[in-house]
Amino acid sequence: MRERLARLRGPLPPRQPTARTIAALTRNPGCRRRAVLDSAGVDKQRLAARLGFPARVGQSRFALARSAAFAARVTADGGAELVRALRERLGLDLPEVRYVDLRAEGAVSDADATGVAGAGGERSAGAEEGYRATRATISRLLGRGERGAVLVAHPVMALEVAGQPWYVEPEALLLYAEGRFRVIALKSFAIIDGHADAAQVSAAAIESAVSVLAARHLLDDIGHDAQLVSPEVVLVCPRDFSIDPTAAVLDCRTQLATLRRHLARLARIEALLAALPPDLTFDLALTADGAPTRPPEELAAAVRAIDARYTPECLETCDIAYFCRHEAAGTTAALGRAVQEHLGGVETVAAVLGLADGSLLPPEEQKEVAELLRTAHRVRAEALAAAGVFGEERPR
Amino acid sequence: MSTLTALARVQAVAAGVAQPIATVRHVHVADHPLVFIPLTLAGEANAPLAAMIGTDPTAPRLLVVPEPRNRDERFAFAADLATDFLSYIDGHCRETEVVERGPGGEPRPCYRDAPQVWVPNREGIAFVRLLGRFTRFRRAEGPHAVHPSVPLLGQWLTFLADRAEFPGSSLLVAMTEALALHWATGQSATEDRNLAALLGWIDPPPGLSGAQAAALAEDPAIWPPAGPRTDPEFDNARLAPAIAAYHEAPDEPARRQAYAVLAELLRSQLAPTWELMWRGLALLRRLAPGAHVPDRWAADRMAFTEFADSVRTGQARPQPRRDGAVAAARRLHRLERAQAAYVVQRAYDDPLVMAEYRLTGEAFAGTVTHAEPNRVSDSGKKRVLRPRIVVVTEDWMPLPLGTVVYSPARPSQRATMVRLHRTDATTEVELELAGGMGRSLTPPPGSVPAVGEWVTYTTLAHEYRPEATFPAPEETPWTHGGPSDGEPEEDAAEDWAR
Repeated sequence: MRERLARLRGPLPPRQPTARTIAALTRNPGCRRRAVLDSAGVDKQRLAARLGFPARVGQSRFALARSAAFAARVTADGGAELVRALRERLGLDLPEVRYVDLRAEGAVSDADATGVAGAGGERSAGAEEGYRATRATISRLLGRGERGAVLVAHPVMALEVAGQPWYVEPEALLLYAEGRFRVIALKSFAIIDGHADAAQVSAAAIESAVSVLAARHLLDDIGHDAQLVSPEVVLVCPRDFSIDPTAAVLDCRTQLATLRRHLARLARIEALLAALPPDLTFDLALTADGAPTRPPEELAAAVRAIDARYTPECLETCDIAYFCRHEAAGTTAALGRAVQEHLGGVETVAAVLGLADGSLLPPEEQKEVAELLRTAHRVRAEALAAAGVFGEERPR
Repeated sequence: MSTLTALARVQAVAAGVAQPIATVRHVHVADHPLVFIPLTLAGEANAPLAAMIGTDPTAPRLLVVPEPRNRDERFAFAADLATDFLSYIDGHCRETEVVERGPGGEPRPCYRDAPQVWVPNREGIAFVRLLGRFTRFRRAEGPHAVHPSVPLLGQWLTFLADRAEFPGSSLLVAMTEALALHWATGQSATEDRNLAALLGWIDPPPGLSGAQAAALAEDPAIWPPAGPRTDPEFDNARLAPAIAAYHEAPDEPARRQAYAVLAELLRSQLAPTWELMWRGLALLRRLAPGAHVPDRWAADRMAFTEFADSVRTGQARPQPRRDGAVAAARRLHRLERAQAAYVVQRAYDDPLVMAEYRLTGEAFAGTVTHAEPNRVSDSGKKRVLRPRIVVVTEDWMPLPLGTVVYSPARPSQRATMVRLHRTDATTEVELELAGGMGRSLTPPPGSVPAVGEWVTYTTLAHEYRPEATFPAPEETPWTHGGPSDGEPEEDAAEDWAR
């Protein structure tokens, strides 16, 4: 299977997923196109650009700077600020905390560690080393029955996605205390008066679930009980309008379950691949200086060979979404899942209109939907004709 | 979202232009609204970067924060913004009139008009709320003193943002939400959050379809985002160098020059949205207001009057970070009342909204085929006028016999369903009417629907619900945490170091 995925990808090195891209997989689990492209590590951003539908994925350098400044602040002086926030906000009894920075110890080089969530990158040789160093450190902690608390910064962990190890370098720390591990996720959105943006918290929860799962995988790997990693993650964010950290506990149990289910589905990707044409590839055929030479039409045909399940939310989470949106023109799915459901699942705009005005005879299973649509069409036309005037002759 | 709006979206795709989902306007549009478009610096917690503000479409005022990460500059921005906001608000605190407050309520003075602020989107309302939170606890004396207008601005912004949560309130309105209430586009709700794309569908430029206009609108180089977040490409390629140039200016003239460049850059990001805001207002003004819009605006005016009075008499304290138990319960109660009234009013005002209820079986419309306007019932102690009419409808009729329904055309009249006769495609409903016909035994002309009239009846009832009473905060029951001492507000010294 590994070979098959490599053939799909072409000669480019595979894209290394981040906690964010893995989390994004769970947003639209029914999309085969995304499952295949991501499993193969295809550079979707480049692919989308070559198809003529570039992704809008830029990140503001101000946001990156703020995120880096916050992480630096929290982890400065052996994580002093972080430990203070954990003690104050969560009442964690942490008499003394040792701080182990895997990156400072040279196990993970700065160049490898992308640091910023979502930046993504090519699979680094350093990631494997980082993973080994993380495993060794954790192993040592458990082996000698460390009494005190330890914060492990810049851990590199791994998950198995579609049968391949995928390294995860989350913007998170691992806290080891009283024989258990907790994921400490650093996020730079603010918690103001105890409230944070709901969308950002839910994204943080699913990304943190990736970290928890990866940490459990690591413990499993060294022969310890994976359940030592708590499903409750500590979210550390700037407090109010300042850059001082505050902490809150996020229960990621549901996200963990979701994630596990989707990873299991990806594990069965072989069946999916088997159904694809054997010579299918997304190779951009780059020249020596990185210019793609493969004709866009040919690439588009290759992409279309795998079914997509486009929803408008894809625009925010998937690099290739603008291509899929174009392809979905004229379908009710392109208008959003809620719209499609309200239209009884009828798939195309043309069919909805035909059923609504009676020009299209419904197949047996759509009889009920057709009646609803005809009624909707009639009351809408009546109300529009009445245009705000009650008690008059029926407009027809 | 309903089948009816879903169908309208599909029709918009086919027509190439947005389709109406309302036949009247459900928001109040003031004669002189204040348009406010804030921009923030990415990554920071609500750090203002720039704003465009004003009541005159031809004369917007541009506010610029050359270094949003600097505390003093943020408060200078707030003080600057306060001059616009507070003078606009003061302008509405001159003329009063006396209004009645509900049955049995005491007549009270109320300002004739209230301020109305328009922001581009929901995120704009969130900005107002957070800027209110950021400024209302500041003090004009002591360490970290700010201009006295800053905490006052904070209280007003907090008031506006709180009010914006009330269904049907129009003191602080998000343009995308107001437009989406009246038109369905041929794209998804997610894409409708882009103001330029939404307006592209509603009012495409000549020669373009809605879809084409919306596609153009998605290019941030042509239509910059309506804020508060800026386009990341713009941040990286243009804003960052301009801010750096401002910092690195060696002397005052160079600094002024760099400031001018930065200001022009930010103007270029704001001006297109400014134009869209006024286009949106013009489109909304073209719709006739719904019959209950003035009533809801009167409630807004009363809320404004009460708050303005508490500010003027010095009783207003900065709104707490979180409501206490009593205040929270009262607020929830008011929100629920507002929601219940809003739902009924919108349906009564607009046949297209009522159509939603016809689809769900909570309303029906049809033609009167038979009427006995002078029918008198003497089954009770006294002879009373009880006309009966028969309505033939094609609508789905799940309502059982005995159900009481009301007609938006005659809201004070109760109609009881006394007979139902279903045929293949239609249903005959016989209704007995009571009320809304005066005291004599002969109904005044027009008070009973006549044969041939097209009528709508619904179970949605327009009833007055008096406001519940709540204990005073100092009498909060122990079950709800008991009275609280209030919390100290000391965050002026929080650390912003980077």
